[in-house]
Amino acid sequence: MAGVDSGMVEKRGLGRWMTHLGLIIGLLFIFFPIWLAFVASTVTQPEIVKPPMPLLPGGHFFENYRRALVSGVNAPVAWMMLNSLIMALGIALGKIVISLLSAFAIVYFKFPGRRLFFWLIFMTLMLPVEVRIVPTYEVVANFGMLNSYSGLIFPLIASATATFLFRQFFMTVPDELAEAARVDGARPMRFFWDILLPMSRTNIAALFVILFIYGWNQYLWPLLITTDPSMNTIVMGIKQMFPSGDDTADWPVIMATSILAMIPPVIVVISMQKLFIRGLVDSEK
Amino acid sequence: MATVSLKGITKSFGKTEVIHGIDLDIADGELIVIVGPSGCGKSTLLRMVAGLETVTGGEVQIGGTRVNELEPMDRDIAMVFQNYALYPHMSVFDNMAYGLKIAGTPKAEIAERVGEAATLLQLEPYLKRRPRELSGGQRQRVAMGRAIVRKPSVFLFDEPLSNLDAKLRVQMRLEIKQLQRRLGVTSLYVTHDQVEAMTLADRMIVMNAGRADQIGAPLEVYTNPQTEFVASFIGSPPMNFLPAKMAGDAPRGAATLGIRPEHVKIAQSGVQGTVLYTEALGAETLVHIDLPDATRVTVRQDAAAPPPREGETVSLEWDAGDRIFFDAQGSRC
Repeated sequence: MAGVDSGMVEKRGLGRWMTHLGLIIGLLFIFFPIWLAFVASTVTQPEIVKPPMPLLPGGHFFENYRRALVSGVNAPVAWMMLNSLIMALGIALGKIVISLLSAFAIVYFKFPGRRLFFWLIFMTLMLPVEVRIVPTYEVVANFGMLNSYSGLIFPLIASATATFLFRQFFMTVPDELAEAARVDGARPMRFFWDILLPMSRTNIAALFVILFIYGWNQYLWPLLITTDPSMNTIVMGIKQMFPSGDDTADWPVIMATSILAMIPPVIVVISMQKLFIRGLVDSEK
Repeated sequence: MATVSLKGITKSFGKTEVIHGIDLDIADGELIVIVGPSGCGKSTLLRMVAGLETVTGGEVQIGGTRVNELEPMDRDIAMVFQNYALYPHMSVFDNMAYGLKIAGTPKAEIAERVGEAATLLQLEPYLKRRPRELSGGQRQRVAMGRAIVRKPSVFLFDEPLSNLDAKLRVQMRLEIKQLQRRLGVTSLYVTHDQVEAMTLADRMIVMNAGRADQIGAPLEVYTNPQTEFVASFIGSPPMNFLPAKMAGDAPRGAATLGIRPEHVKIAQSGVQGTVLYTEALGAETLVHIDLPDATRVTVRQDAAAPPPREGETVSLEWDAGDRIFFDAQGSRC
């Protein structure tokens, strides 16, 4: 803390004001488009198209948001949000479970090809969804999983990054702990459940935040495999709301949807902020 | 309560044999200390008894039954680790109770047994705390408590005091000894500290490069070392070693003459040497003397005796009965 205090003393005066000014300008710069989207979601369609664009909220907030949530353009936004929520939770939790288990296997068990498996998993890091999207689509289609939650979730669930992260964490856990558990009579899964899992909880929380947002923001994959509007997720749904041809876009509803799409990730980040930072900064030992 | 027998134990990692056949019979309730320099295989030996390492050759018996193939949990042992290996996210109570919980012991009995152990180790005020909120000595006690509550037939200690400061080490050493006496549980204790070995052991086994050089009661090992290694490892300051030819009556084949620092006296006549420096330790003074052939000799004399000045030439003498002769291979002769 002493370092921080002395830093502030140095910055007292003009420098301090300049720093704040810089931060505020940056913030406004980032925030302005979001503000515009919010304003657009509270006015009527004619008000938006008539220049100049309004910069202050109008009086149609409840009307527009109700319209978006209940009827939307192709499908009710409430429904799309539920789809997104299921997908994001499924991906985040699935990735965590699978990578915890595979990291556990790689770190604590000696089996032939252990290194090979690790490097195979590690190599998939080099293959993002976009690269393998065509064969994946083929597989999912053959399984009959188009327009389904399993189709949305399973192909995105394997995660080399998370496996790698947990592997690194498990390797810092002293061997004696596993040995003490063995002497205490804990079988491997018991050790995993009683000791390794509680010790990893800050890491899990940090990862959950990252993966939830990753899942929520998926665009290309849902766009490809959901043709039925009732299976649309909100992020791709926004794009689907743009009319094709000469129809006019229902901007207030689209903007309301955009604002709604931002809310869940923000809630997740804010509510898990403490655990998230602890998970990134220190490991509990 | 049980006896432990090691019969011709060997251990290899790959092609390298690190333990070359150790035989040992431990009586019920005995405290055996395995002592040796680092890398001599003492921890490996203990871990084989625990079941954390596989046994390459020979047989480990606990209570007369072969346990080579049993998992640690089925051997009826408890182990105290060097870094305590406490579960960081569990309270002291849960740490001690974990083994019993897995064994399916009823809750009331767990509470009773943990309570007993906590009383014994003066841990009652700390039962709800996490390990990181405890001092080193308290953590050490929790680790012992975890071993005690399981009421095993054998305790295994793997250098349990080496993470403590010197003062605490002496105190915990005493506590371990008393505890082991009171509970009467057969124990194997690994340490590299010869003072710990001397003070704790009923019998000690001195290991050197994967072999047991000597097994015996501490004083027996001290006064009657079987090899030059044992003579140099046990005792501080270590035994003095001189060329055997300095003694006119050395037995045939003797290469080295060993004499303990406390048996050497500065006298009027005898072997001559130059005082290099003296160390006054309070109760006693150590005098380091260089002989003409560059052999260094340490003399331990009472602090009351006047210490010689540095650089002074003095004569040394000792009783013929205190000498120990070793051959060129380091064995007693």
